[in-house]
Amino acid sequence: MIDIAIVDYGMGNLRSVHKALEHVAPSLSIAVTGDPDIVRKAKRVVVPGQGSMRNCIHELEDRGIREAVIEAASHKPYLGICLGLQMLFEESEEGNVKSLNILPGKVVHFPATAMTTPNGQKLKVPHMGWNQVYQTIKHPLWEGIAEDARFYFVHSYYVETPAGASIAAQSHYPFPFTCAIAQDNIFAVQFHPEKSQSAGLTLLSNFTKWTPNF
Amino acid sequence: MSLAKRIIPCLDVTNGRVVKGINFVELRDAGDPVEISRRYDEQGADELTFLDITASSDNRDLILHIIEDVATQVFIPLTVGGGVRQVEDVRRLLNAGADKVSINTSAVLNPQLVADATKHYGSQCIVVAIDAKQVNLPDNPPRWEVFTHGGRKATGIDAVEWAMKMQSLGAGEILLTSMNNDGTRNGFDLALTRAVSDAINIPVIASGGVGNLDHLVDGILQGHADAVLAASIFHYGEFTVQQAKQYMAQHGIEVRL
Repeated sequence: MIDIAIVDYGMGNLRSVHKALEHVAPSLSIAVTGDPDIVRKAKRVVVPGQGSMRNCIHELEDRGIREAVIEAASHKPYLGICLGLQMLFEESEEGNVKSLNILPGKVVHFPATAMTTPNGQKLKVPHMGWNQVYQTIKHPLWEGIAEDARFYFVHSYYVETPAGASIAAQSHYPFPFTCAIAQDNIFAVQFHPEKSQSAGLTLLSNFTKWTPNF
Repeated sequence: MSLAKRIIPCLDVTNGRVVKGINFVELRDAGDPVEISRRYDEQGADELTFLDITASSDNRDLILHIIEDVATQVFIPLTVGGGVRQVEDVRRLLNAGADKVSINTSAVLNPQLVADATKHYGSQCIVVAIDAKQVNLPDNPPRWEVFTHGGRKATGIDAVEWAMKMQSLGAGEILLTSMNNDGTRNGFDLALTRAVSDAINIPVIASGGVGNLDHLVDGILQGHADAVLAASIFHYGEFTVQQAKQYMAQHGIEVRL
């Protein structure tokens, strides 16, 4: 029995996520897999991913794993990271692609040339580095993490969520944007817990113990 | 608050050891890469950069093993560069545990590599490293030229224009080293850093010349860098990364403490 399936659909570096989960939960069986059956049988599912959303959605379809991911998101502890967060929404400006449409919201690009700090300094895109994550709800995955802890981000797109969305945290760049979502069995983050040192490892450890009640 | 400025210790690696050169020559041993990585992680480094400066291709695989080791113990972003010639090299480094791959000489010889690599793996993991040297005649406006092959070959390419071109091909970040200042401990080339950083929208890492903590502050405030890279001030125990961050915070720079 696989405890955690890390979904491999050919997008980006899954080794970091794998190593970080092994580090926080050495006794669990953790598989990096592109096999829909293993994803279906696993107790928990992690969906990472980097790169472009268009390729991401195509790869999920071509590899026949899209349905297994949607199924997992419907009932088991599900952690989305970066593209694994973005794909949950209705659509993405990146390549004008329809995503998995599990949550309401749209993925859009940072207004690259227009962004400055209050004192006039240019803000670069990608948004790359350690930014503060302001928790907006209490959640088992935030257990033991400061309410404004810094996590490592690297992305050019972010999700615009409608009023009433299940936001779990916001960051500022320079305006507030949704960087974590929590709904029932789903927890998804724009930042990279696997690269965010102790705060990130705490979040991953919390995920391996999380029993959602909904 | 907002995004923190990053401090990135740099490890030049050859034959499995960390070394430090002066003006790109005269190497001195600085220790075991895995041990040093763990130390910097504990001190609060925001990322680590490894440059494989092995001249021959014989020992190229050593860096893969080192990255594999580091990636099981240190959970911050790792950038690896040196000898990256094709998309396959990028893939091997990412699979070993690198989060970003830095491309230098090969970007000049074959700019399409940058486009191909970003198309395959995304801009977020492709860094273009630029080694730049000031070449203007006295009393003329400053101009910097791109050098390749570890600083040995002039290209005739303007460094600012090159950075803009790399951005347009999809690079996610620029690692900018001043060859004039590297190893001198006299501080970054602030005019170069500022010229490049102000010309592009992707982040710039300033590199080359750090000898004290004021240099790091200057790189951010005057050079407009998004991150600062240093080697020798950390390798030989003069300062810890934490001390550097505290000093920067005292000077009004947002850092991750």
